[in-house]
Amino acid sequence: MTVNPQLVGRVFPPTEPYLVGREKLREFARAVFATSPLSLDVAAARAAGYSDLVALPTFAVVVQELTLRQLLSEPDSGIDFSRVVHGDQRFTFTRPIVAGDELTATLTVASIKSLGGHSMVTAESSIVGADGGHVVTATSTLVVRGDE
Amino acid sequence: MTDIAAASLEIGQVVAEAEFTLSRDSLVRYAGASGDFNAIHYRDDAAQSVGLPGVLAHGMLTMGLAVQPVLDWVGDPGRVLDYQVRFTRPVPVDTADGARVIIVAKVGALDVDTARIDLTVTVDGATVLGKAQVRVSVA
Repeated sequence: MTVNPQLVGRVFPPTEPYLVGREKLREFARAVFATSPLSLDVAAARAAGYSDLVALPTFAVVVQELTLRQLLSEPDSGIDFSRVVHGDQRFTFTRPIVAGDELTATLTVASIKSLGGHSMVTAESSIVGADGGHVVTATSTLVVRGDE
Repeated sequence: MTDIAAASLEIGQVVAEAEFTLSRDSLVRYAGASGDFNAIHYRDDAAQSVGLPGVLAHGMLTMGLAVQPVLDWVGDPGRVLDYQVRFTRPVPVDTADGARVIIVAKVGALDVDTARIDLTVTVDGATVLGKAQVRVSVA
């Protein structure tokens, strides 16, 4: 099984809107050992000028994950999930995610490279708010190990 | 919150340091919070069935943890403009001892109103993240 080179440039349908919940942000913040009051205390977030709690930067992965599931379940992808290792990850923000946001993500397969029998699939998920404005782009490179 | 003046920073300056101990409980908590229920992060038999020595921390947990000292330093998670890492080495989490993650954050580059902070993240003396860089807005 090899990764389908024709995936490059493929754009997946936008995901269903994801409503960012205040308690979900707190739960995520605790799970990454965060202590920032702006991610835990609504009054502190509002005092700093935000409408509600501010998400931790890596929270965007929760929304990105919905798009990676689309990619991995694409019938002709040729990606064997049991051989996938997370190679690298990046988040590029226009603005932070805040509680109450309704986010929609669209994945584009940016590139596929071969390296020593492995395939490196780079997927860019652009995440926008309810107004269509860009919030964050989450980029993952998935390393698909070749047959040994 | 106090604004950090770019002019007060120097390349190479250590701006934050932190140490966290990950336990198996931390991994279960992160699985629930993130929705990543891959069993290699909480079951030794599942990890061993794919050739791993035992349970590993989620890469995204290590990434999420590694930026915390920087967030505390800048005082606002909303100041992060860009954050990237490369997962260079897995982080095994022992049932009894867990895994001790040590983070050192240094100024890597400076611009008029942004700073690139480079993270060195080690477990047992070995670097586990490569090219770990956070770009933050500064005054």
